[in-house]
Amino acid sequence: MKQYRTHLLVCAGTGCVSSGAFALKDALEKEIAGRGLKDEVLVVTTGCNGFCERGPILIVHPDNIFYQRLTPADVPYLVEEHLLKGRPVPKHMYVPSAGIEPVPRMSDIDFFKHQRLIVLRNRGRIDPEKVEEYIAYDGYEALAKALTAMTPEAVVAEVTASGLRGRGGAGFPTGRKWALCRREKASPKYIICNGDEGDPGAFMDRSVLEADPHAVIEGMVIGAKAIGAAKGFVYIRDEYPLAVARMGIAIGQAKERGLLGENILGSGFDFDLEIVRGAGAFVSGEETALIASIEGQRAFPRQRPPYPAQQGLWGKPTVINNVETWANVASIIRRGAAWFSSLGTETSKGTKIFSLVGKIKNTGLVEVPMGIRLRDIIFGIGGGIPGGREFKAIQIGGPSGGCIPKDLLDLPVDYESLTQAGAMMGSGGMIVMDQDTCMVDIALYFLRFTQEESCGKCAPCRIGTRQMAEILARITAGEGSLEDIKKLETLALTVKQGSLCGLGQTAPNPVLSTLRYFREEYLAHISEKRCPARVCKNLITFFIEPEKCVGCLLCLKNCPANAISGERKKVHVIDQAACIKCGACFNVCPAKIQAVAKYTGEEGRALLDERPAPAEP
Amino acid sequence: MPRKKKTGTVASGTVFPVMKKAAPSPGRTAAREVIGKYGGRKRAVIQVLQDLQERFRWLSVETLEAVALELDVPLAHVYSVATFYKSFSLEPRGRHICTVCMGTACHVRGGTAVLEHFERRLGIPAGQTSPGGEVTLERVNCLGACALAPLAVVDGRYYGQMNESKANEVLKPILAGRDAPPASDKGPVD
Ligand SMILES: Cc1cc2nc3c(=O)[nH]c(=O)nc-3n(C[C@H](O)[C@H](O)[C@H](O)COP(=O)(O)O)c2cc1C
Ligand code: FES
Repeated sequence: MKQYRTHLLVCAGTGCVSSGAFALKDALEKEIAGRGLKDEVLVVTTGCNGFCERGPILIVHPDNIFYQRLTPADVPYLVEEHLLKGRPVPKHMYVPSAGIEPVPRMSDIDFFKHQRLIVLRNRGRIDPEKVEEYIAYDGYEALAKALTAMTPEAVVAEVTASGLRGRGGAGFPTGRKWALCRREKASPKYIICNGDEGDPGAFMDRSVLEADPHAVIEGMVIGAKAIGAAKGFVYIRDEYPLAVARMGIAIGQAKERGLLGENILGSGFDFDLEIVRGAGAFVSGEETALIASIEGQRAFPRQRPPYPAQQGLWGKPTVINNVETWANVASIIRRGAAWFSSLGTETSKGTKIFSLVGKIKNTGLVEVPMGIRLRDIIFGIGGGIPGGREFKAIQIGGPSGGCIPKDLLDLPVDYESLTQAGAMMGSGGMIVMDQDTCMVDIALYFLRFTQEESCGKCAPCRIGTRQMAEILARITAGEGSLEDIKKLETLALTVKQGSLCGLGQTAPNPVLSTLRYFREEYLAHISEKRCPARVCKNLITFFIEPEKCVGCLLCLKNCPANAISGERKKVHVIDQAACIKCGACFNVCPAKIQAVAKYTGEEGRALLDERPAPAEP
Repeated sequence: MPRKKKTGTVASGTVFPVMKKAAPSPGRTAAREVIGKYGGRKRAVIQVLQDLQERFRWLSVETLEAVALELDVPLAHVYSVATFYKSFSLEPRGRHICTVCMGTACHVRGGTAVLEHFERRLGIPAGQTSPGGEVTLERVNCLGACALAPLAVVDGRYYGQMNESKANEVLKPILAGRDAPPASDKGPVD
């Protein structure tokens, strides 16, 4: 292989691609050719680095310099300075906050510094479309070990001893699941990788599939050998075309190299892997529903037991694990259970990937040891809340999870602590909310979500979620009563206990957790007709502060309802009767003017009283 | 491939006449081709529909019938699958497709306001196609690009940090009836 003095690693994850990674790559290649550096510098595309918000990202290897938000126009200068003169360019580096010196090295950036990479170990350093790069970093070593030096029982025992638990939802011990399935007499057996990733706000599975598909394949082949399966399926969400494409390429390359297919690594073991695309239904991520979907049926869940490990795909014993779970397996086999279980807490071993999104400075994917405190994730890695706003809550576990308040920021992140706090590990979505997020609105958001996604098979889920969403809508409209809170709590219990599958059983969690920690926000909506976060349209009034308005016409031009009157250099006024509360004026008013304000409750109504009452929408 | 069924029945009870073997329709030829790719396996019905939707942009009654006949499964089954999963469209979709993300990350960063803005600008509610067939507005629950929230996708290109004025820019050519502008780069879906 040819040696290059420098590799330019261009991140080609979904985030960076959207913000122009390929244009950057083309510009780099052109510039390097033009400068006669073609034999010294190689431009490589890699999988997602996780720091998506800063894209497009370029890492210069081996200098370990991290550049962010590059455009093709930045390239000539960057190449000249860094690659010809050896002077890294500070203006394209990460700056933690205004006034602080840029941080040149990737490993010194807070966002990366506190992470511990097992599943994402290859992120940003290999080209996911080249199997030889995966192999160069110990890839398929574990497979060779499992096939030639270990018995299937030993593999299961190793995974059990590692303490690995499912990363897709409930956290069931992976080794135990495999052992259950291995014990079953029926054949053939199947294994499935659950890449449906339905939790909105979570995208770690997408990233793993896109950045390191061979890690999933290797885990699956090892799993197949351990339980005695000859056929596997990777089920990937339809919304992830790049993941489907990369997985397809990886399967092809693994087959060519004898790492998949017949007589794997000459061991006599056969295993075939097929991709199945999902078709846009949240419930199809539930294991029994997913199995129905692979069978070509509608994704209706069914009663368990029997569990898929006993009777799964076509009634045969089936192990179904999440993408991240599978991607842990090879490392466990290669480095041993003791190594893996030295990370994490008593009951939650290893690392977990979280998607840190919402009102947070450093958005992206982070892999951290289990047991880390929420505070360290949000403030240590995430850099806290942007715009000088105040942290309010963090939502963990998606539609099955809950909102955790400020008081619990020192909570260790493990399966049990999160469940006790009313949230759930789920797939690891962490959505940060600040003072401008309304907790009742969030509860409504999730209940509308589950209601829409309920497959309708069982009544408690189908009807209960609808009723809960209706009540919440009433409260956010300022038409709720105290009685409604009681009704919500009773309904929540009924839906939790009566539903057939996990979707319904956990659907009330967002409501229960917000009622538990943010009850006063519910009461404000009900008793004072006030939305403390100033989100719920019915309860807020937009108002242009006359003493601040400079008469720039910006809001007036942007108002879709033509509800703003005024002239250049004259104070603008909102016609409250015509205002549709879209917030356009609030958003376009320049940050240094901030003349548009939102009022709620008594104050908001006082503003309305001066004018004709707004027409009913 | 055996062809037993001469009519298919959908859930509503409507009976669709089905062509005899005469000249195969384009739908029929396409269905045969795609099914061949999946080795004629009945369980591949979802994948087959996906591929056909990719080709025709939506699934017509003729397409569903063709799939039922070629796969030799009841039309009711094909229809039940096509209506269950959200990615299938049983109505023609517009020349342009706008998708606004309604995932949680996008929601807390103002995704709802973005969707409403699209609805107003395009003059259609989410889930519908403009009368002339120019544009379809869709919503989606997370595209896995949450770091870019709020997110909108127009004709396969991802636009992050969406806001009113950015949306106006992106929609201008569509509203003017022309093609979308080249984005800063090509998105992951093309
Ligand atoms: C409504 C619902 C949706 C789910 N969605 C997913 C999903 O998108 N991805 C996933 O891995 N698990 C999902 N699960 C959990 C799966 O049922 C199953 O527990 C998991 O795939 C097992 O793998 P694990 O043990 O590796 O976590 C979902 C469960 C429910 C009830
Ligand atoms: S929530 Fe919009 S992309 Fe994930």
